[in-house]
Amino acid sequence: MDRDALEMRPDAAADWPDRIFDILKTHGITQVALVPDAGHARLIRRCLADPAMTVVTLTTEEEGVAMLVGSWLGGAKGVLLMQSSGVGNCINMLSLAVLHRAPLPMVVTMRGDFGEFNPAQIPMGNAVQPTLEAMGTLVRRADVPQDVPAVVDAVIRLAFNTYRPTAALLGQRLIGAKTFGKD
Amino acid sequence: MLDRREVVPALLKDRGDLLVVAGLGASAWDITEAGDCPQNFPLWGGMGGAAMLGLGLALAQPQRRVLVITGDGEMLMGLGALCTIAVKKPANLSVVVLDNEHYSETGGQETATRHGVDLAAIARGAGIADSRVVHGAQELGPLREAIHAASAPVFANVKVAPGNHPLVLPPREGAYLTARFREAVLGPAAHHQL
Repeated sequence: MDRDALEMRPDAAADWPDRIFDILKTHGITQVALVPDAGHARLIRRCLADPAMTVVTLTTEEEGVAMLVGSWLGGAKGVLLMQSSGVGNCINMLSLAVLHRAPLPMVVTMRGDFGEFNPAQIPMGNAVQPTLEAMGTLVRRADVPQDVPAVVDAVIRLAFNTYRPTAALLGQRLIGAKTFGKD
Repeated sequence: MLDRREVVPALLKDRGDLLVVAGLGASAWDITEAGDCPQNFPLWGGMGGAAMLGLGLALAQPQRRVLVITGDGEMLMGLGALCTIAVKKPANLSVVVLDNEHYSETGGQETATRHGVDLAAIARGAGIADSRVVHGAQELGPLREAIHAASAPVFANVKVAPGNHPLVLPPREGAYLTARFREAVLGPAAHHQL
């Protein structure tokens, strides 16, 4: 099995990660908190290469929720990048963003969503949208590449214009299903 | 053994423009007892998030000094933050744990520090070189100086007596706490900039 199949990343020709990067720049995002996901690998590389961005690799996604509330208190705009499984790690910490009216845009690459191979990804993948919404987060979704820029732009605007957590879910159909060489 | 209600005023003495984040529970009451002000950000929830909230603030305001004051139970819930902070090495961030070895808000149950878990050793192992344990009042002055002048992150585990003090509650409205803090840091533009 090759490494690409193992890591399940977007086709090298797919440029929607670059469009996301452009949108982060347009909105003046300077703090990027993340737990890596293969689906975000290209975007993470772009952020790391930009000296105007502070990239913080977290030990767990909930750290990013608390961190970005602090960023907002200090006048900086941030975004949280993670895989769908990480959403489950954020749930109680989202209380802070709701209570404190802190803009908190999240960009979530989905697993357990479309053609998933790994049964462990299904429970949280299936629960991402309802649990986020139960915690007061506005959720929008993109399942085809041409929708990605508009959806990410929308959730960043919703976060900073209306002071709340928001999430863009990037469907697994965009990224491809991890096959462990079984395809 | 030190009294937390003496430790916090000693650390916040002549605080200047020091920004202070307090973990939920007793730490939030302590900073409020010492004097509520817009530069205080007392948490009412998000257990385990105080140190990371301080990191986001410190990275956003590198010219300001940021102090996180929290309890041992709150710090234990977010130990990974010590790794994340150590990697970013913000020179303007200090984390002080008021370690009474108990969950004092919920009936005084013992925490892991009661059984030998050494938070300063964990912080040092994560890579925060200036990680100290404070037992005596004579160590508070040097800690206060480090909070204002250190050139690398500071972690201090201050051993304090267990037991509850009178509640001194900060404002509970989160939007108000956010707005007053941002205005104190950013000026009137806080409410207009996007």
